[in-house]
Amino acid sequence: MKRIFALVLVSVSTALAAAPEMPRFRWENFTKADGLPDDHVFNVCVDGDRVWAATENGLGLYEKGKWKVYRPQDGLAHRAVLGVAVDPRTGDVWVATMGGLSRFSAGRFDNFTQLSSGLSNDVVYGVGVGGDYVWTATAAGASRLDTRTGQWALFNERNTPMYEIWTYNISVGKDKVYYAVWGGGVLEYDVKTERWKDYNDPDGETEMVVLKDQGLIHEITTSVSYAEKDKILWVATYFGASRYDGRNWKNFLEKDSGLPSNFLNQVKAIDGNRAWFSTDKGLAYLDGENWAVYRPSEMLVRDAAGKVTRVETETAPAHQYVLAVDFQGDDIWVATAKGLSHGIRIK
Amino acid sequence: MKRRVLIGSVVALALASLGADRPGPARFPSPIELAFSKDGARLFALCEGTDEVVVYDARSGAIVRRIPVGRVPKGMALSPDGKRLYVANSWSDSVSEIDTAALEVVRRLPAGFEPNSVVTDLAGRFLYVANRISNDVSVVDLAAGAEVKRLVAGRGAAYLAISPDGASIYCTHIYPNLGKFRAPPESEITVIDTARQIVKDRYRLPNAAGVFHVALSADGRLGMAAQLRPKNLIPLAHVEHGWVFGNSISVFGTDVGDVGEVVQIPLDELDRYFTPPFAIALAPDKSAAYISTTGSDSVTVIDIAKLLECIRAATPAERRTLANDLSASANYVVARIPVGSAPKGLALSPDGKRLYVANRTDDTISVIDTAARKVSATLSLGGHAIPTAERRGERLFFSARFAFQGHFGCANCHLESTFDGLQWDLEPDGFGKDIVDNRLLEDVAETAPFKWNGSNPNLETECGPRTEKFFYRSESYDGWQLADLVSYIKAMPLRPNRYKLASGELTPAQERGKAIFERTRTKSGAPIPESNQCAVCHSGRHYTNQKLADVGSGKATDRSPLIDVPQLTNIVLTAPYLHDGSARTLEEIWTVFNPNDTHGVTNDLQKDELNDLIEYLKTL
Repeated sequence: MKRIFALVLVSVSTALAAAPEMPRFRWENFTKADGLPDDHVFNVCVDGDRVWAATENGLGLYEKGKWKVYRPQDGLAHRAVLGVAVDPRTGDVWVATMGGLSRFSAGRFDNFTQLSSGLSNDVVYGVGVGGDYVWTATAAGASRLDTRTGQWALFNERNTPMYEIWTYNISVGKDKVYYAVWGGGVLEYDVKTERWKDYNDPDGETEMVVLKDQGLIHEITTSVSYAEKDKILWVATYFGASRYDGRNWKNFLEKDSGLPSNFLNQVKAIDGNRAWFSTDKGLAYLDGENWAVYRPSEMLVRDAAGKVTRVETETAPAHQYVLAVDFQGDDIWVATAKGLSHGIRIK
Repeated sequence: MKRRVLIGSVVALALASLGADRPGPARFPSPIELAFSKDGARLFALCEGTDEVVVYDARSGAIVRRIPVGRVPKGMALSPDGKRLYVANSWSDSVSEIDTAALEVVRRLPAGFEPNSVVTDLAGRFLYVANRISNDVSVVDLAAGAEVKRLVAGRGAAYLAISPDGASIYCTHIYPNLGKFRAPPESEITVIDTARQIVKDRYRLPNAAGVFHVALSADGRLGMAAQLRPKNLIPLAHVEHGWVFGNSISVFGTDVGDVGEVVQIPLDELDRYFTPPFAIALAPDKSAAYISTTGSDSVTVIDIAKLLECIRAATPAERRTLANDLSASANYVVARIPVGSAPKGLALSPDGKRLYVANRTDDTISVIDTAARKVSATLSLGGHAIPTAERRGERLFFSARFAFQGHFGCANCHLESTFDGLQWDLEPDGFGKDIVDNRLLEDVAETAPFKWNGSNPNLETECGPRTEKFFYRSESYDGWQLADLVSYIKAMPLRPNRYKLASGELTPAQERGKAIFERTRTKSGAPIPESNQCAVCHSGRHYTNQKLADVGSGKATDRSPLIDVPQLTNIVLTAPYLHDGSARTLEEIWTVFNPNDTHGVTNDLQKDELNDLIEYLKTL
């Protein structure tokens, strides 16, 4: 008992001076009371000065301090919105919903469904834009729309190594496109060769980690984020996170990293060394060596040696169940199970 | 022996003469757009029939050069410094860049599918191209000569105009946006932010389709777009009182109201129609607007001050219905000037004293004295002196003079000899009965019978008595005219298919789709009855066996479930589909309207296989 008490004293300290300098935020939280379409926010997408919130009951647009809500009566394909991507060239907004894919362009919605278009399935978990292509992750494989010709290409178990077709998330780079396949690991598409390659957990589908750092941490992947400049792939799973440099894997677990939980909904890379992790027990940040965790009850900083420090904060994110983040300069927007949070960077 | 040799020589000579140098169909200039050089010294006439820009000395009216460009050019615009003229070649999917000093093409620029018009930004750095088939606007970097992006427009992106301050480009659309079945048509004016090169707004044009030119006043406060208002949801029971088409102008800008507010105003009179409005030219001092009305062989003149007074006096509710008030035009229409046959493009001389009008089907340019409001001269483009039967038929096709009170002509529904993207309730058999989707006319010559129920055995029946009885409610064509009209329709060239590879080969997806189209067995190996095989009904050069079939797409409101098997050439262009336009996309033909495999066997196909089938259909 004494040993346990001593361990807690060592591992959790409130002495700020001893902790590494990690990003600190003043949090502003938005809920339905503030005009957000719904408190259950699945995703968030920063679009310059604007912010799109993908919620269970509509698409929210935050602009000039006000929320505007789009629902099916406004032309949106379905009220449950799972993902948003902005085409940086045209400004068009692509919206993944549970009833198809919507394109929002200067006030007009155009919808693509499995009945009216070549989209593989109406349950669209993720969407990404790369040049003239719009990539979608659906419950029945991946789809790619060529916006110049209108041609759809479908990718599934018949033409890729995708043995499980529940695609969940996409990261689109210039040279590579990555898919997180829920229960099927990670798929990589080489833009130049047009070939697919799969990455899987060497332990198979077991939840035990037998071979750490020898491959992807788990088959149930939820998110991928490709740091193209550094050619580093980050992967989030329900059983930990992975980082892949093209040769070696580095895996992160709650027990031996600063992750607050192995249950990850999203990973979003800043570069090859820094990434943000959305978990069921808070938002985590890795700066390459040190970790920070942000949640309603506390902010924790864990240094490279494993020392954990509690940082005093006056504000906190809306909820510890975090689903996604996006960046607006130094600020961060956080989608949670009970509201959308805007982390305004304290400098 | 000598006789046999002589006969043989004569036959050989005759065959040789048939094979070599056999004249093709006569080509007529068909001027469609006009533009002045920056100094006003030259007038450029764009001729879609002969694929050229004809350059006139504006002072003498003499032709100084004919500059060949790409196929079927549709639109042109000068660079801000006047040193370049850009021409949209609609069937070549390119833009010709012409040096206006040397009067020759110096570069060929890329575009999307069927470029229809062009405009540059005020700096002359970027060219914007409206693409009619790909429904978008290409942004071309003129320094690099490369297309940098495509902006999503409406359906049938057609004409462009830039605001005088250069901040905005306005794009109109020849076809309405795809909407729900039997919903009122709606088009839009797409507004592009030139600084960010994105679409920043879309002005809704309810009840409008077939929107052509758009023009901005010199002060930028007034915008006007020429358009049709089809009444396709009600039975074509009578043609008076604007019950088939309204010919109107969408008016917008700060002279009218808030940003995005559009007021539609009528051009017609209570007992006379001026259709379809095509081009608009605004006097430099904003005193008058000139509108060419192609089927009426005239130019309408609007007094802008009176028009604005009329609009401003209207309540918000009155503004919404102003387009249907045919008495309103008396408030602001001050002249109807008769010109040549099928007037299209307009150009005002820089001083505003002369208005030039391109008369498309008689190959002339009318010169109007704008003060006298009369034609003062006519320039010839030098076409054939004697029109062929096809050419005479083309004039009839574009003319509205046969319909009661000049209400409309063939080209009102078959816009620019194509289609209109609408479904019509053509016969007075009750609301919503026997609804028919408008089909493309190209390649119809050998596809008899006609009409969706196949009741017209030939085009003479389709275009003659039927037109007279159900459409025009007037005398219609005599026998010679009918023969000419049919000759024109039969001679319509088929536009190039954009989905075929240049090599003529099929892509892997198209190959797989072709195999599905031609299959005789289901995936489980069961034979597909001949009557339910795609390639049996859609057989032959035009992909129709020219028979009637019940494919299960008939509705309770149809008099018969038997439908004429349609030709499939360029089918990708003509959404929506099925005889009544109930399928908005090719996919819906099978995903929604083929639950029992009565329109081909498709329910055993995986989604990607259906996509392959559609990729193949796009190549037909």
